[in-house]
Amino acid sequence: MPKVMLSHFEAALVFALFSSIVLGIVTKRTDRERLTYGLYCFAGFLAFLFGLGWLMYLGHG
Amino acid sequence: MSGKSETAKEPRPPFKLWGPAVGLGWLIPGGGHFLLKRYGRGGLLMFAVTGMYLLGLLARGALFTPQVADLFTTVIHCGGFFGNLASGALYLLTVWLGYDQPDMPGLAHDYGTKFLVTAGLLNVLAMVDAYELAVGRKS
Repeated sequence: MPKVMLSHFEAALVFALFSSIVLGIVTKRTDRERLTYGLYCFAGFLAFLFGLGWLMYLGHG
Repeated sequence: MSGKSETAKEPRPPFKLWGPAVGLGWLIPGGGHFLLKRYGRGGLLMFAVTGMYLLGLLARGALFTPQVADLFTTVIHCGGFFGNLASGALYLLTVWLGYDQPDMPGLAHDYGTKFLVTAGLLNVLAMVDAYELAVGRKS
């Protein structure tokens, strides 16, 4: 079985993508709402990822 | 005032209405949605949960076994085992085919372990959605 080596960013990106798909599907009632909420979750994951990354970078000195 | 709630409790839907959809949804991620003829949503759920699980395997994540010791260990291991088990046939096949990755330090292993557990937790959400569809609370 091949082994996959993901960087922190790649792993977080894939995690955000798959989680957003499921959250979008299960929480809303129309397809349009599902798409919007899925994209919103994905953007939220990315914003949190970059925000936390910068916070750790700046906090580290 | 009697103090009793005035709203009548909603009767529990019969098992035969939601059991097959939830059971199939556990065994095959997205399967409950397929059974209820929601093919698009079922396909997307299958893609997301299976993709997450396979990536966890490819990153050599560890599977949890239930352990009872101090509270922290019990919560982590029993919770992790529940998360793994919630992936249904993916987990069962993985164990039956002899996958036995020890828990070891490392970026890839660590992400892999989390991906394996998260796939199961996402499948729980999909099962809840299948339940709501089956009993008519969602369309």
